Amino acid sequence: MAAVTADQTTQKTLGTVDAGRTADAEADRVAAFDATVAADERIEPRDWMPDAYRATLIRQMAQHAHSEIIGMQPEANWITRAPSLRRKAILMAKVQDEAGHGMYLYSAAETLGASRDELLDKLHAGRQRYSSIFNYPTLTWADVGAIGWLVDGAAITNQVPLCRCSYGPYARAMVRICKEESFHQRQGYELLLALSRGTEAQHAMAQDAVNRWWWPSLMMFGPPDDASSHSEQSMAWKIKRHSNDELRRRFVDICVPQAEALGLELPDPDIRWNEELGRHEFGAIDWSEFQEVLKGNGPCNEQRITQRRRAHEEGAWVREAAAAYAAKHAPKPSPSAPPAAAPASSPASASASDQPSARTAASARHVEETA
Amino acid sequence: MSSSTDWPLWEVFVRSRRGLSHTHAGSLHAPDAEMALRNARDLYTRRSEGVSIWVVPSTAVTASSPDEKDSFFEPAADKPYRHPTFYEIPDGVKHL
Repeated sequence: MAAVTADQTTQKTLGTVDAGRTADAEADRVAAFDATVAADERIEPRDWMPDAYRATLIRQMAQHAHSEIIGMQPEANWITRAPSLRRKAILMAKVQDEAGHGMYLYSAAETLGASRDELLDKLHAGRQRYSSIFNYPTLTWADVGAIGWLVDGAAITNQVPLCRCSYGPYARAMVRICKEESFHQRQGYELLLALSRGTEAQHAMAQDAVNRWWWPSLMMFGPPDDASSHSEQSMAWKIKRHSNDELRRRFVDICVPQAEALGLELPDPDIRWNEELGRHEFGAIDWSEFQEVLKGNGPCNEQRITQRRRAHEEGAWVREAAAAYAAKHAPKPSPSAPPAAAPASSPASASASDQPSARTAASARHVEETA
Repeated sequence: MSSSTDWPLWEVFVRSRRGLSHTHAGSLHAPDAEMALRNARDLYTRRSEGVSIWVVPSTAVTASSPDEKDSFFEPAADKPYRHPTFYEIPDGVKHL
C-alpha cells in the first residue's frame, strides 16, 4: 500500500485545469527541483520530484536497507562461539546496530511512498537485491574481524559522501549510520590485530580471512565507471557524489598502511605506490566472479534468503500477538476525540515520517484515504 | 499473515539531555504507544542519546504544505526591522 503524497494528489487535480497552465506549473516544479539540487540544498519528502528520482532513491534505499538486515547473518553466525564475553558483547551490539540501520533506511524509503511490507516482500521474492558481499561465508572467527575492518570500512567509504545526498531523509539516516559504523570498523581492526600478534596459527587465520575478504570488499564499490549503468544520472541528481572507481581507489589508499600496521598482507602482488598519480595502483578485479554472485551463484545466496524468509515467517506469531494485544487494549474512541488520535483504531495509516498527513484537520481525513 | 502494515507509524522525539527540548529523531512502526516507546528506546537511544522520549502517531501531525511555502512564510520576509541588526547605532555605544 503506497502512501500517496499530498503533491501527487495535487497533480491529479491539476489534470482538470486547462492544459497550458498545467504545463507551466510542471515547468515551475522542475525548475524548483533543479534549483534546490543545484544549490546543494536538500529535497524533502513532500517536495515535487521527478518520478525517476523517486524510483531511483527507493531502489537504492531498499537495497541498502536489505543489505543491513541480511548483513546480520554472517556475523550472527559467530555470536555463540565468540572467544570471550567481551567479544561476544561487542558482536551482539554490532549485529543489533545492523538491525537498527536497516530500520532507519526502511523508514527513509517509506517517506517516498514505499511500504515496508512491499519492500520485504520484494526482498523475499528475490526482486530486490542486497549487497553481494553478504553471499560469502564466515568460515572462522577471524572473518568477524575482516568484515569489520574491510567490509564495514568499504561501507563507510561509500556512505560518508551519502551524508550529503540530495534527499534529506536518506542523508540524515546516513549521518546516524556513519557514526555507528565507526565502532564496527575499529572493533574489527582490533580483533584482527589481536590475532595477528597472537600465535602462529592465529596469525595465519587472520591472514586467511583477509585473503578471502579483500577482493569481494573491492567489488562492493560496484562495477567500473565505464560499466556502471546508474552512476551518471545519480551524480547529476547529487544522490551520488563520487564515482565507483574513485571511491575504490580511496579505499585502497586507506587500507594499505592499515594492513602494514596489522602485520598482514593484502592478497594483491600488484599493489604499489604510484608517485606520479599520488595513489596506489592495484591489480585487476575479477568481475566475472562479481557477476556470478549477483546472478545468485555465490557461496551463500540461497542460505541467506532462505534464512531471511524463515525468520520472517517464524516471527509472524509475535507480530500477530502484538497487534491483537494492541487492538484489545485500544482506548475506546470518545465522541470528542478525533479518530486519528487513536492509532490502534486506524491501522491503515502509513503516512511516512517526514510526510505528515495534511495541513488541516479536515484534509487529514482525505489524505488518509489516499494513503 | 499479519505484518507490520497493521502497525501504525509513530514519530519519535528525543530529549538528548536535561535543558534541551525534544527533537525529532525519526519514525518507526509499532502496534501501540507502549511498544512504540520501547522500540524507540532500542532504535534511537542505543548509545545513551536520550533521557526522555515522546512518541506521537504520525497521523496526528498537521503539516504546512510545500506548495504554499511562499505565501505561507512570505509575511515574515519583508520585515527586517524585526532583527536587531536592522538598526544603526553610533560606534562606541556599549551594551546595546
